[in-house]
Amino acid sequence: MTDISQNKPQSRIAAFWDSDLAYAFRHSPIAMVSFLTVFLLVFSALCAPLIAPFNPYDPASLDLMNGFTPPMTSNDFTGAEFMLGTDDQGRDVLSTILYGMRISLFVGFSAVMFAMILGISLGLIAGYIGGWTETIIMRIADVQLTFPSILVAMLIFGIAKGVTPIEYRDQMAIWVLIIAIGLSDWVQFARVVRGATLVEKNREYVLAAQLIGRSSPVIMLRHILPNVLSPVLVIATISLALAIIAEATLSFLGVGAPPTQPSLGTLIRIGQGFLFSGEWWILFFPSCTLLALALSVNLLGDWLRDALNPKLR
Amino acid sequence: MLNYILKRVAQSGIVLLVVGLVAFSMFRFVGDPIDNMLGQERTVADIERLRSDLGLDLPFPVQYYKFLEGAVQGNFGVSYRQGRAVSEIIAERAPATLELAAVSGFLAISMGIILGVFTAIRRDGWASHLIMTVSLIGVSLPTFLIGILLIYVFSVDLGWLPSFGRGDVVDLGFWSTGFLTQSGLLALILPSITLGLYQMTLIMRLVRSEMLEVLRQDYIRFARARGLSERVVNFRHALKNTLVPVITVTGLQLGSIIAFAIITESVFQWPGLGLLFINAIQFVDIPVMAAYLMLISVMFVLINLIVDLLYVFVDPRLREGGI
Repeated sequence: MTDISQNKPQSRIAAFWDSDLAYAFRHSPIAMVSFLTVFLLVFSALCAPLIAPFNPYDPASLDLMNGFTPPMTSNDFTGAEFMLGTDDQGRDVLSTILYGMRISLFVGFSAVMFAMILGISLGLIAGYIGGWTETIIMRIADVQLTFPSILVAMLIFGIAKGVTPIEYRDQMAIWVLIIAIGLSDWVQFARVVRGATLVEKNREYVLAAQLIGRSSPVIMLRHILPNVLSPVLVIATISLALAIIAEATLSFLGVGAPPTQPSLGTLIRIGQGFLFSGEWWILFFPSCTLLALALSVNLLGDWLRDALNPKLR
Repeated sequence: MLNYILKRVAQSGIVLLVVGLVAFSMFRFVGDPIDNMLGQERTVADIERLRSDLGLDLPFPVQYYKFLEGAVQGNFGVSYRQGRAVSEIIAERAPATLELAAVSGFLAISMGIILGVFTAIRRDGWASHLIMTVSLIGVSLPTFLIGILLIYVFSVDLGWLPSFGRGDVVDLGFWSTGFLTQSGLLALILPSITLGLYQMTLIMRLVRSEMLEVLRQDYIRFARARGLSERVVNFRHALKNTLVPVITVTGLQLGSIIAFAIITESVFQWPGLGLLFINAIQFVDIPVMAAYLMLISVMFVLINLIVDLLYVFVDPRLREGGI
């Protein structure tokens, strides 16, 4: 499973280009297109303050007279033009999407990072130490797996909302969202890492490390961890797509990102209100962005799983 | 085997106790019930009286026991927001969710199996490729976007179907049903498709891969060699043997249908339990949240238990082996 070519002294980029993974990538149009889409979306979200024509959070840039301007037409009152139109408050839809995507991606990435760190640590501990610790951790994982993760995330969000004082709720919402989605998603990581650790801990290199007297945390982090990471990468990519969808769903339901910091889901929630009155662009463009993001991350994850799985090759 | 059943039942019981503890802790520690029930003008005596009335001065395990006792009898306290008994609100909302879930579940299972068998038998046909591609997009699409898309096409654009609510319902005393009126049935169409679509794709993909696996085996080749017709081979021999894993996954999916109903109900403003739960989260209505949690856990645990036991009855190998 580990890639031997990476250990050669030649430059790392060249080694990566020659690896099986890069070869599979160069021969899969789906992977290349979805990677390009993800890259473009992430790039434009990161550079939103530079690219976006307006800052949608700056009250000075808003003009209520610009409200409901259709895409690519000039406003009846002010004559201003907006590429993707404006919403009811005269905010440029393109700018709100760029800024909204920032929040969606930030929550998605952070939640997956959180789930990954939590899941990997608990999985390593359960696999390496075993005994009662293992039983307790894996039992909790089993119980949590009985419930769909979106339900767990909602519940954690609800409890956290009840605990935070009312004046901090909007500020805290993003962080609560990250923790809720992260906590609902750690189980996958823990299970895979535990399984791999159980195999690795009986290998000779672990025995050697134990014999020279290295401590358990060092063995877990420095020796076992690098060898159990490759399946984690696949789960992380698929989790990212799920986390982005989970965030959008929670925000759409009104239990996620607040209207003061709208994510793509919040924008779709706002846009749904104009479905019947004919202002389709307020709903349509955020939905397309979310779809493109979720679909391309998903396809990338599917491809990665197939490429890293030697059984399917 | 009896041993196995007892073990599974005991495990389920422990899970429910743990969930009960979570629900109870929510009651006890999230927000102060006294704060929620008494207004601004209150005296220390009022607080003390309410505290002992509610039993909040008792030791923790005693309170937990009392909570469980109440929960078993269906008593979850009073909703902070609506000021009515939670059990009453839930009884009123449950039929809407259960009817929606039943229709979507039926849709998902029947269409999932039919399409799965079809795509497995006609493996390389253009229709199969089309169905597989669409299903991949279907899995990536968030449920609420599917709902909005359906509303846009069938309610806004074509104007054929209602976009929200249950239509007219007939009250049967303990149960209000939408099955008996035309508007009730029309209102069911879009939400049940939205809710069932994801489960349908999952079941379809599972049936397809299981079916492909089974069709490769020797006994199928022998059945063909014996000159049995394609229909008998496919349905009597192949499909029957794919059903074991399908039952497991389908059973577990039925639970998620009830949970995912939260999203669908919110899109279509369907007056069921999911909408109740979402509103409870928005307004931090703890008793409703706790009751919903308990209710849905009981459902999940029961479904899991039934699926596990069913598995033993369906697969003779497990029965003989005496796990």
